[in-house]
Amino acid sequence: MSLEILTFSFMHRALISGIAIAILCSVVGLFLVLRRYSLFGDAIAHSSFGGIALGLLAGIYPLWAAYGVSIASALIITKVKDRYNISGDASIAVLLSSGIAVGLVIIGLSGGFTIDIFSFLFGSILLVSVDDTVLILALTGAILIVILLLYRQLLYSTFNEEQAKVSGIPVEKINYLIVFMAGITVVTSIQLVGVLLISALFVIPNVTAIMYGKGFKQTAIISMSLSIFSVVVGILVSYIFDITPAGTIVLISIGLLAGTMAIKSAGLLSKN
Amino acid sequence: MLIVEIKNLTVQYPDVKALDDVSFTVNQGDFLGIIGPNGAGKSTLFDSMLGLNTKYKGTIKFFGEDIKKSKNYLKELGYVPQKPIFEKNFPVTVSDVVRMGLNNESDENKIDEILQQLWIHELRNRRIGELSGGQQQRVFIAKALVNNPKILILDEPVTGIDQQSIELFFSILRELNSKQKITIIWSSHDLDAVNQLANHVACLNRTLFFHGESEKFFSDDELVKQYSEASMQEHMHHH
Repeated sequence: MSLEILTFSFMHRALISGIAIAILCSVVGLFLVLRRYSLFGDAIAHSSFGGIALGLLAGIYPLWAAYGVSIASALIITKVKDRYNISGDASIAVLLSSGIAVGLVIIGLSGGFTIDIFSFLFGSILLVSVDDTVLILALTGAILIVILLLYRQLLYSTFNEEQAKVSGIPVEKINYLIVFMAGITVVTSIQLVGVLLISALFVIPNVTAIMYGKGFKQTAIISMSLSIFSVVVGILVSYIFDITPAGTIVLISIGLLAGTMAIKSAGLLSKN
Repeated sequence: MLIVEIKNLTVQYPDVKALDDVSFTVNQGDFLGIIGPNGAGKSTLFDSMLGLNTKYKGTIKFFGEDIKKSKNYLKELGYVPQKPIFEKNFPVTVSDVVRMGLNNESDENKIDEILQQLWIHELRNRRIGELSGGQQQRVFIAKALVNNPKILILDEPVTGIDQQSIELFFSILRELNSKQKITIIWSSHDLDAVNQLANHVACLNRTLFFHGESEKFFSDDELVKQYSEASMQEHMHHH
């Protein structure tokens, strides 16, 4: 039984997509966590809920509508935040609630399409198509290339904005780029864990990895590994026991975090 | 050779004039100490020179070019902030931090070289947040120096640092200026330190009330007294 599941082609697609999303979320999430923007992924995900509802109402493929709405609203909220000097957490709350509000109103207007909405809320990784898998791989590849090319600028402006500016780095543009990449990453990941659990993939492996890693690259690699482990084991375990993959994946990564904290308290890891 | 040329620099904040018609020049090889009490406009002056504040009247030129027209001068400039702000558990090592300052990333050897020069090579794989204030400061100097800048700008860099680190830091600055001929602009409210190190002094309190060789400043009792009174008043005001 346990080996047989590895021969199903839907399982291949689920695992390949899952691994790509795990890598993408942990890398983009590391920048967000270090910028104290941990909940930004959550806010974008909630705004994508509005986009999904809009797509279902208008008869457009919901994820395309979600890409458009999420990226646009993330960029707008970033602009508004800077323009009116709103704090980061308050702007996240605005974005988060407005996305859900728009989604609820549209669902109400349309008389409800609960079954479709359900798979977007909680993910449906076992249902990804070949086209979805190709899109997920392409977007993951594209974002990783951008991150590798702009590695120094991204890291430096995350570490200290003012000093990065003095070194001639276009910090504002880099900030918008990070928001843009976060928007794409969130909507791409909806298929794996759904709208409600996305910030878990952004945040938890990174919080764990920061406790182990010394340097930035080492931390990123540890975070990716933890994330891939949680996703792969989560998908397999959830299939075998017939439970929800999204919840299982997130619980495994929380388990890894709890284990790490236990190791640290026992004094087996250095304090920093 | 003229490195910095500041003409009629005025910065008006909504409630206060932070800088009023400030003009001075810095030549290659100068070690300029900018002194002035808290609130004298030192940070505003630095922010304007570094391109962080662009709302000023007057002109600032580096290497003969107006900084509003070209940002190229930033490549020749190293900057050490007063107290670099970062998350204590930010996962970067000492060499990661120094690498951020490196314009050409293929120059990995430069990182080792500069870390050795500043006596922090053995710390290269330690996380930055684990280090003492004095060690962190040397890391940020290394970051500022890793591109071989022609000019180094330091903003009150000894705040909250132990005496032994300060002395080491001063000897490093002296060597950079005398042996490597790096032009240094350094803001401080420590008159003794400025007297020891700088060969030029600019005395700032919103306007520039002295600019010239440090010997002239320190041999003029009236000037030194004026400065001390101004900073003493400020000190009293703050307490």
